[in-house]
Amino acid sequence: MMDFFQHLGKETRGGFTKLGRGTFFLFYTLKGLFSIVVRPRLLLNQMYSVGVLSCLIIAISGLFVGMVLGLQGYYILSDFGAEETLGLMVAASLVRELGPVVSALLFAGRAGSALTAEIGLMKATEQLSGMEMMAVDPIKRIITPRFVAGFLSMPLLVGLFSAIGVLGGQMVGSGMLGVDEGAYWSQMQANIDFYDDIVNGFIKSLVFGFIVSWIALFEGYDTVPTSEGVSRATTRTVVNSAFSILGLDFILTALMFGDD
Amino acid sequence: MGDSTRSHNSLVAIRGLSFARGDKKIFQDVSLYIERGKITAIMGPSGTGKTTLLKIIGGQLAPAKGSVMVDGKNVQRLRRAELFNLRKRIGMLFQSGALLTDMSVYDNVAFPLREHTRLPESMIRSLVLMKLQAVGLRGARSLMPNELSGGMARRVALARAIALDPMMIMYDEPFTGQDPISKGVLVHLIKSLNVTLGLTTIIVSHDVVETAHIADYIYVISDGKIIGEGTPEEIKHSTSPWVQQFMEGSADGPVHFHYPAKEFQNDLLATGKRY
Repeated sequence: MMDFFQHLGKETRGGFTKLGRGTFFLFYTLKGLFSIVVRPRLLLNQMYSVGVLSCLIIAISGLFVGMVLGLQGYYILSDFGAEETLGLMVAASLVRELGPVVSALLFAGRAGSALTAEIGLMKATEQLSGMEMMAVDPIKRIITPRFVAGFLSMPLLVGLFSAIGVLGGQMVGSGMLGVDEGAYWSQMQANIDFYDDIVNGFIKSLVFGFIVSWIALFEGYDTVPTSEGVSRATTRTVVNSAFSILGLDFILTALMFGDD
Repeated sequence: MGDSTRSHNSLVAIRGLSFARGDKKIFQDVSLYIERGKITAIMGPSGTGKTTLLKIIGGQLAPAKGSVMVDGKNVQRLRRAELFNLRKRIGMLFQSGALLTDMSVYDNVAFPLREHTRLPESMIRSLVLMKLQAVGLRGARSLMPNELSGGMARRVALARAIALDPMMIMYDEPFTGQDPISKGVLVHLIKSLNVTLGLTTIIVSHDVVETAHIADYIYVISDGKIIGEGTPEEIKHSTSPWVQQFMEGSADGPVHFHYPAKEFQNDLLATGKRY
């Protein structure tokens, strides 16, 4: 029994210590923001590897999610004779929830894990130490550009995901199931609110981009510098990001859509 | 040579250094001096904290006690910007080379120049090619780090370490895992760079033959203490049984072959234990 409490105490203390390290890490990362203003190329390079290279997986997933929404939406709505509102259903689901959440989960799996593995291996192969000894701050040079790239890429990827999803829904709804194309778009245009839906979805995507980039980079930087350490850190990135995304999504949804 | 003479002409002066990792004491009251313009070797078996010592000199780790002076500055008292300024004048060669894997050989050597100077690309090119020529790898400039052999990677790292014309270079186990030719090349390079560039050199190593061949002065460390020091000739003829065991590579001696353990017979008879 004592062992259990000892273990629990140790784990709890370890968790808080890590949270503290993570907060300091975030502070130093944000402190390095000026370095990007001076050298925007560092950011652009990372926007490419973090954002542009994630486009394909986001676009394909968005297309399939939109198509599935089109199918499922049609089956349910047609029971009530309301298949004309398919466009609204697809767009609202994508813009409010599925776009930000699924994109963020995919982003954590594709870009987040890659960031953790990259930084973890840089630590394991002494590249970060080497930089410090060359009087180059690795946080400013390596971490901050990747953090900002992740933060800025997320809303763009969410936009891509939702836009392609809406097209996928239309492809299935109008192309295969015979929903009127005009109704599909006009229902969407009339009922999707810029502030309630699009801006809220955008805010979610920014929050998810922030949290996934932070977790991924911190796990990489804090990794035990061995093969096993990097492998564990990569797994933790994906798991912790998924939990954070889903948990935060609930909180954000409650805050944003509660008064409707 | 007396300690006072060495301390007067030293670029690095370590006095009363103590350092511990958790409960394990790595250094206890260690004092040593690295003379300007000379090659000083710090030798000792693996796990004695030789790399830790280099990190303390470079300000990456802080000692529990004692002072580390580099070029008259107390490393632990420097502010971050001052420490970075000092590091610009110190080159360090890591055991793995620590090359940036997403950059070519050329870009790796150009890295410190691009980070710390505002030189035009044409001048950076000339400097990089000169440094690569010095280590014999000008022809390998377009290769990526994963295309290099271990010896080549260390030579590229060496070219990078001298890119900013430092006053001192620290080598961390430069000969480990190298074939005889690469070892020979590195021995030659370390010696010739020291002379031609007027550097001060610290080599941390357990490769006795190569290190003794080029070092001007050797410190032998074990169990957190300096157990022998002197010129290679003095160390070779040291009467200390420990130094003799290290230099001759004997399996048993003051450093035991067996890791401390309880009585073998009792251990075998202890049943019901997993280990």
